[in-house]
Amino acid sequence: MTEFLQQVVSGLASGGIYGSLALAVVLIYRSTGVVNFAQGEMATLSAFVCWTFMDHGVAFWPAFALTLVLSFFGGVAVETVFVRPVQGAPTLAIVILTIGLLIMVNGLTTWIWGGAAKPFDGPFSTEPIDVGGVRFSKQDLGVIVVSLIVIALMWLLFSRTKLGLGLRAAAVNPIESRLVGVRVAWMLALGWGLAAVLGAVAGVMAAPSLFLDPNMMQTVLLYAFAAAVLGGMDSPVGAVVGGLLLGVLLNLVGTYIDWVGGQLRLATALAVILVVLLVRPAGLFGRQAVQRV
Amino acid sequence: MSLLELRDVEARYGAVRALHGVTLDVEEGELVSVLGANGAGKTTTLRAVSGTVRASGDIVLDGQRVTRRGPEAMARLGVAHVPEGRGTFATLSVLDNLRLGAWTRRSAVDGDLRRVFAFFPRLEERRDQQAGTLSGGEQQMLALGRALMARPRLLLLDEPSLGLAPLVVREIFEALSKMNADDGTTIVVVEQNAVLALRHAARAYVLETGRVVLGGPAEELRANESVRRSYLGY
Amino acid sequence: MRPTLAAKWVAVVAGTAIVIALPFVVSQFRAVQLATVAVYFIAIVGLDILTGYSGQISLGHGALMAVGGYTTGILMTHHGWPDLATIPVAALVGGAVGVAVGIPALRLHGLYLALATFGVAVALPTILKKFDHFTGGSTGLSLFSHLTGHGVGVTILGHRLTNNDWLYALTWSIAIPLFLLAWWLVSSAFGRSIRAVRDNELAAAASGVNRATYKVAAFGVSAAYAGVAGALYAVVSTFVNPDTFPITLSLYLLVGAVVGGYGSIWGAALGALLIQFLDDIVDVLPGIDPKQAGPRTFFFGAVLVVVMIVLPLLTRLTNRVYTRS
Repeated sequence: MTEFLQQVVSGLASGGIYGSLALAVVLIYRSTGVVNFAQGEMATLSAFVCWTFMDHGVAFWPAFALTLVLSFFGGVAVETVFVRPVQGAPTLAIVILTIGLLIMVNGLTTWIWGGAAKPFDGPFSTEPIDVGGVRFSKQDLGVIVVSLIVIALMWLLFSRTKLGLGLRAAAVNPIESRLVGVRVAWMLALGWGLAAVLGAVAGVMAAPSLFLDPNMMQTVLLYAFAAAVLGGMDSPVGAVVGGLLLGVLLNLVGTYIDWVGGQLRLATALAVILVVLLVRPAGLFGRQAVQRV
Repeated sequence: MSLLELRDVEARYGAVRALHGVTLDVEEGELVSVLGANGAGKTTTLRAVSGTVRASGDIVLDGQRVTRRGPEAMARLGVAHVPEGRGTFATLSVLDNLRLGAWTRRSAVDGDLRRVFAFFPRLEERRDQQAGTLSGGEQQMLALGRALMARPRLLLLDEPSLGLAPLVVREIFEALSKMNADDGTTIVVVEQNAVLALRHAARAYVLETGRVVLGGPAEELRANESVRRSYLGY
Repeated sequence: MRPTLAAKWVAVVAGTAIVIALPFVVSQFRAVQLATVAVYFIAIVGLDILTGYSGQISLGHGALMAVGGYTTGILMTHHGWPDLATIPVAALVGGAVGVAVGIPALRLHGLYLALATFGVAVALPTILKKFDHFTGGSTGLSLFSHLTGHGVGVTILGHRLTNNDWLYALTWSIAIPLFLLAWWLVSSAFGRSIRAVRDNELAAAASGVNRATYKVAAFGVSAAYAGVAGALYAVVSTFVNPDTFPITLSLYLLVGAVVGGYGSIWGAALGALLIQFLDDIVDVLPGIDPKQAGPRTFFFGAVLVVVMIVLPLLTRLTNRVYTRS
């Protein structure tokens, strides 16, 4: 039982990371129909930026805050410079563009910081904490809290503010939105900015345990995709729930099914993607699309 | 003074020309109808005014030339366009839809919400419902309500009666007349239902293949021989 | 502005002539690099058939190459087969896997297929490590002992070829016929049908084209090509291990297919050259240390980004010019 609880909690922690990145992917998908394959690399870049601040003596939390701000503007810049020029293009063409961005950002990160892995001093100690007789990692609990706070703030932004209303409207119906005066083009850029912030959170939270290197988030991206697919690609709630569920599922499967063990974690995530897409493509919370003839 | 003037406005969809030189004007506070058969260019005319489709020629709003402006800019200038098919945000709530209508307004909108609910009590009942679950008539009321929230100087309506039961349509047009009478809102209504349109409008224009072929006070058009035969059915 | 049939034939003849002549003028080092170009070329042609002509985007072509590579590896190390004999088997196994993948792929449209194939490519190395009984796990399989020429050289018809020249000859003598085959395929009824399915599924179905059969067939053919490419890759590298076929290979192949003519087989050579000689291209730029992986990767991605942004703008411009009336 002890081990079960520990695996669940640590699964929720990694799930928080997957869910944050999945939410970023879903945000952009909802508003543009495009899956941003570069989301993971952008998150890695953010984590490196945070590391650089800390390397220059800035404490973690201020560095983290600065990183989030810079990531926001980075996301806006990427949309404005690279994505907006190809606005009318077929979705797959834009996806290939994001793959180009994936490669580019990966190269940029390697170019600036080198390929060697760096240790990343997270804000939470790795010491265990005793809760009701069971020992949990402080880091895991911290990651869960931070992820949930960021996601909650995003939710507030989208559901309670005028800006959030505009973002939602632009995602749902861009033509109508323009008629009421919403600057849809700006909303799209903002969406990318907010997605970049979510990615940055995922990257910085993941860095202490994954070790900071340019390829750090490639596997996390697959987990994020699995989470988004599981939750439903057009559902933000689905992304978060999917992430948490996936994190716990991967831990439990890895612990209790010997054959899977620790080696087939990625394969399990792949299996989730395939099963969901083939059996119930809308995922848990997504809208069922009408099947074409 | 005319609030809206169109002079020789042309518009095309790709290679196909939809408007061949439309000239009309709308006085402040008027309720004007634009009639015509399918494909005559009525919808395109409204789209040209709201900036949804690119047009050439002169479109003048309150003395300002606005021909090349896009929809966001026109919305900020006080033009509210309710397109064919209502254009409701189906997955957003009724309340969110209404709030969106007031997007360009800076001041608080609660008073306006009350006004809209006074006009359309059914919307208040359904305020938290998803807009897509409303009936056709309710969605049309929602679209009108959304337009009201903007306190527009010019309200453009495209086929408000389409697909609605006669009783509901009557309600909608009565609300329109009330808006026009009470608030002095300038309204341009595009309608295939000529009988209805001529009953409520002060003036009307008839479009055929992208051009204005007739224009004048509603009574005159009602009495006009060719209008009667082509559009009024007797 | 489509090239005429005559122009295409000229290109093929000229290309073949260049391929035959090159080994006499380039160094040994370049020869083996160019052999790898042939491998990428075959893989890209296969990817073109899948993504360019039948419209099914695949981010996992490297994984299909791995099927061929490991087929070769397993047959050679576990069963003692000579390398040449494994190549047709790799094609068949690849093709079978392609068909097996193509069937469920029918239910995954565009973006979802991209996600699924991305997942396969990312997860593949760990899967290969898991089944170490067959695959040799992390260490992989070493093919040295059963290679033709044993890595030293080969004598053909009395002529002595160095190992590098042999690899060059082997790969290109397979690549060119495979290209001709692909050309024939895409120009035939098969090609027309898969393009019809790509452009408008509804219309294709209405005109009697069984879209499922053609899409799966395209997957199978494409995978067979990848299988051959993977087998040759293994032979050229003399080993296979899980890191031989990483996700970056799949992504680079896609870049090659797109940059080399937007999924047309006529650009495959350009795409293959780009992948292989990226280092040399980047070298030319001032201030870049060619040893570093960072700038290489960055510019590779930048090339794709630029192509994806600039080309549509260019076509839009040329369309405007053409339709001005």
